[in-house]
Parts: sequence; structure tokens; C-alpha cells
Amino acid sequence: MSGLEYIESSVVDNLAVIELNRPRQLNSLNRKMVSEIVEAMEEYDRDNHVRVIVLTGKGRAFSAGADIDEMTNDNPISLELLNQFADWDRLALIKKPIIGAVNGFVFGGGFELALCCDLLITAGGTEFAFPEVGLGVMPGAGGTQRLTKLVGRTKALEWLWTGERISAEMALAHGIINKIVVPELLMEETMKFAAKLAKQPPLSLRLIKDSVNKAVDYPLYEGMQYERKNFYLLFGSEDQKEGMNAFIEKRKPDYHGK
Amino acid sequence: MRLLKKGNRIIMGNKEALLQMFETIRYNVIDGVAWVYLNRPDKLNAFTRQMNREIKDAVKRASFDDEVRCIVITGEGRAFCSGQDLSEVDENMDHGQVLREYYGPMIKQIRNCEKPIIAAVNGVAAGAGFSLALACDFRLVFEKASFINAFIHVGLIPDSGNLYFLSQLVGLAKAAELAILGEKILADDAVAMGLATRKIPMDTWNEDVAEFAARLAAMPTKAIGIIKRSLKATSSLSFDDYLEQEAQGQRLAGLTNDHREGVAAFMEKRKPVYSGQ
Repeated sequence: MSGLEYIESSVVDNLAVIELNRPRQLNSLNRKMVSEIVEAMEEYDRDNHVRVIVLTGKGRAFSAGADIDEMTNDNPISLELLNQFADWDRLALIKKPIIGAVNGFVFGGGFELALCCDLLITAGGTEFAFPEVGLGVMPGAGGTQRLTKLVGRTKALEWLWTGERISAEMALAHGIINKIVVPELLMEETMKFAAKLAKQPPLSLRLIKDSVNKAVDYPLYEGMQYERKNFYLLFGSEDQKEGMNAFIEKRKPDYHGK
Repeated sequence: MRLLKKGNRIIMGNKEALLQMFETIRYNVIDGVAWVYLNRPDKLNAFTRQMNREIKDAVKRASFDDEVRCIVITGEGRAFCSGQDLSEVDENMDHGQVLREYYGPMIKQIRNCEKPIIAAVNGVAAGAGFSLALACDFRLVFEKASFINAFIHVGLIPDSGNLYFLSQLVGLAKAAELAILGEKILADDAVAMGLATRKIPMDTWNEDVAEFAARLAAMPTKAIGIIKRSLKATSSLSFDDYLEQEAQGQRLAGLTNDHREGVAAFMEKRKPVYSGQ
């Protein structure tokens, strides 16, 4: 991918890696960076060679938050017309698994970006926080919604109101992250995990993500109906035949995502 | 390393000019060892808030300094550290808040440091001075030195992580005895109950401490850091999770130059020379 200013991206085997690349600013998120991330994600989502997308940050922090300079002079009308959060909505539409590999500080907009990932692998010592309240504002890219859905109203209010830091251990205990690894091995462990996921049947991963996302938003009955349709849909795939035949023939399945 | 004496301050080259900022401690780095001297000998090195902060800053600096591969904390004069300076205590003091703001951050900095830390206990270590020694990895004890968990004698509880470390070192029963009775522990008893690494006689104190520090500074520093991390993990992780952390730690150690050097030296039947990398 060329012409990228604030991120780097690459594909190794069938794993795509997107790296936030403003390490000196602790990967503070500006609007251009977010749109670069979204465009890279969408491209990888369409790329048949890519099975899993990994999102991480260069340097000692995943992201210390949004670029404050960029918004000090905004007003409600300029923000409405700019409609910057439309980019964030597109992130939620990515169908392939997104694994976040985060370290150091995951603050504010950086935390919201991390919450857009499907799974989070975290370096020991990483801290999460929503410090927006300290600037007289609040999260605007899903922080109050996604955190609340993850941890419930009680802890969400505490963390959003105080702006206090959440340790990796606390984040793990509350289901915000999937696991904590030795910091130096963050990428190695993440890529190992991503490679494992990439061996799973892609269509199953895709429709599982789709259904699980509905579970978060739908009433149970509608969610159940939705799940059922996705379940039926997979019986139209080659991978379903391959998976079940391999099971009967006691061999390892070979999935092609078709 | 060239030492320039300027008044009572020691400055080492230009980049170390910042060392002047320490007033209650003395800090210098010699041959890979960072020496932190508690430097209020006329007050038996009692803690002030400034000293809490300076110890924390010194340990932080040593942690980030690639030259440093071992840290020694010791006291100037005849005491190691006599605990909180009671002249800073008044009736309105919120003891909890002082711990949160001063002692806690200092102890955390020590506990989170991945380099080996020696408490060279040159004299009495009382109250939070005892806690400071407990937070270190090794306690070298001067033959005439002693520990005393003095808090109970003023109606307080051992703080600065004291009981956390103490119960791990000597077990719950002995920790309760030391904390509640508050009796003085002499060097021999400290060694016998596992509180001290070694007792060192007066004649060889300086040499033995320096030699012990130099030995640690010549070891595979990264592996020591990973051992420290792993030991900490034992108290918070389940066995299965611990084994996973151990695997990652060993993977990391296996990637170090020092591991390669150790294996090469073994094959070539020579002494390894570790770089700490």
C-alpha cells in the first residue's frame, strides 16, 4: 500500500499487519491516520489472500489518544459537517477477524480503536484509560458504548468518570482483553495466534463474527433467528463438506474459504 | 569513570550533571553498579518525603541506564535507615495518603525494577527502613546491623509492603511474631530465618559488598530480570498460567546474546563474558 503517511501495512503469508506509525507522538490519532487505517482494513477485507488482520502500534505505546491540537477549535457545527466518526462506523463493518496487539498506553481514541478490534492481545504492563473527562469532554468514537457493552454499566461509569488507568490484569479480569503476554514477545505471540486463527475455516470465522456482533445488539429471539440463517448458510460452503468429510475420514481438513 | 568533586557534590561528566538534583541521597554509577546512598546520617537516614521521591527517581534512573546492571541501596553513617522521620509527622497527617503518594511509589519502583537490587544493610533498619530492605532482592547484613519492625511500638502497622514481603520470606507465623512483638532481629538470626542473604564482618564489609555487586553486574542481566518477573508471577497466576508465562520468559531468555555466550563458553570450555544483552 503506498502513499501512507501515518501507518505502515504489510502482508506476511495470509496475515495482514497494520501498524500505527507516529511513535514519537505515541501514535496519537489524527483524522488522516484513522482514514488510512479504515482504508487499509477495507482493502484487506476484500483481499482473498488475507485471512486475519492484525492492528498494532510502533514504539512504546499503542496509542495515547486523539490528536488534541486538531480539535481545540472545533465547534458543534464544524464537527457535524466534518462527520469524522463515519470512518469509525466503517471499521465496525470489517468482516475478517481483527486482532489488536497493544502495549504501553491505550488511552482515549486509542482505547476506542482497540475496542474496535475483535480480540486484544496485550503486553504485560499495558494501561488503558479514557482520560477525556479531564479535558472537559467525553469519548466520541464509541468509548461509552463499547466499554459499557463489554464490562457493564457500573465499571464503565467508574472508569469513564474518573479517567483512571486500567491495568492489563484488571482489563483481563473484566473481559476487555483476551490475554497478557511478555512485552518483548507481543508481536511474536500475536502472530502465532493470528496464524492459528488463519487455519480455521474463513467463512465460519466470518459468520461467527457476524452473529456474535448481532448478539451484542439484538434481542435474544432475533439473534437466534439470525444465527440460524448463518448456520444454514455455511452448509452451502465447500469448507463445510471438507470439514465434515475430514472428520469422518479422520484426517486434517484443508479449508479454502469457499 | 572520572569523578569530579565540586563542593560536596559528585559530578560524573556532563550527562550526569543532573545528579546534583539529589539532596537526601547520593547516587553514582561505577563499573555497572548503581550505588544509592541514603544520605542523612545525622538523622540515621530517616525518610522524608523528599527522600522517598529521590530513592524512587534514583531506582528509575538506574532501571533505564543501560550501563547499570546491578543496584545497591545502602546508608551513610551508622544506620541503614531508621524509618519515617517523626519530625515530619503531625496530628493532621493522613497516614494512608502519605503511603499512597510517597512510600508506595518508591516501593513499587523497586519491585518493578528488572535489575538485581541489593540492600547493603550497614546498620539498623527500622520501620519503613526494614520495609525498604525487604523490597530488595538481596539483603547483605553488616555483623552489627539489625532489623526491627518498630511500627507496633507507636501503635501503627508495618507498611510499605512490609507484611507482603515478610510473609513471603519467613512465613505467616514468623511474620506475625516479628510484626506484633516488634523485637530486634540481629544479623545471625536474620540469616537463620531467611531474612538475610549473608552476614558480613566489619573488616571486609566494603569489599564484600562491592564484590557481591560486581558479581551480579557481570551476570546475564536479562535472565535475572525474567527470573524476577517470574517469581512475582508465582503469587498471582494459576499454575497453568504460570507455565505459559514461564514458556514466554524462557523464549525471551533464549533470544539473548548472553544465552548464546553462555552456551558457547560451555562448549569452548572457557568462562563466559556476559554483556547483559
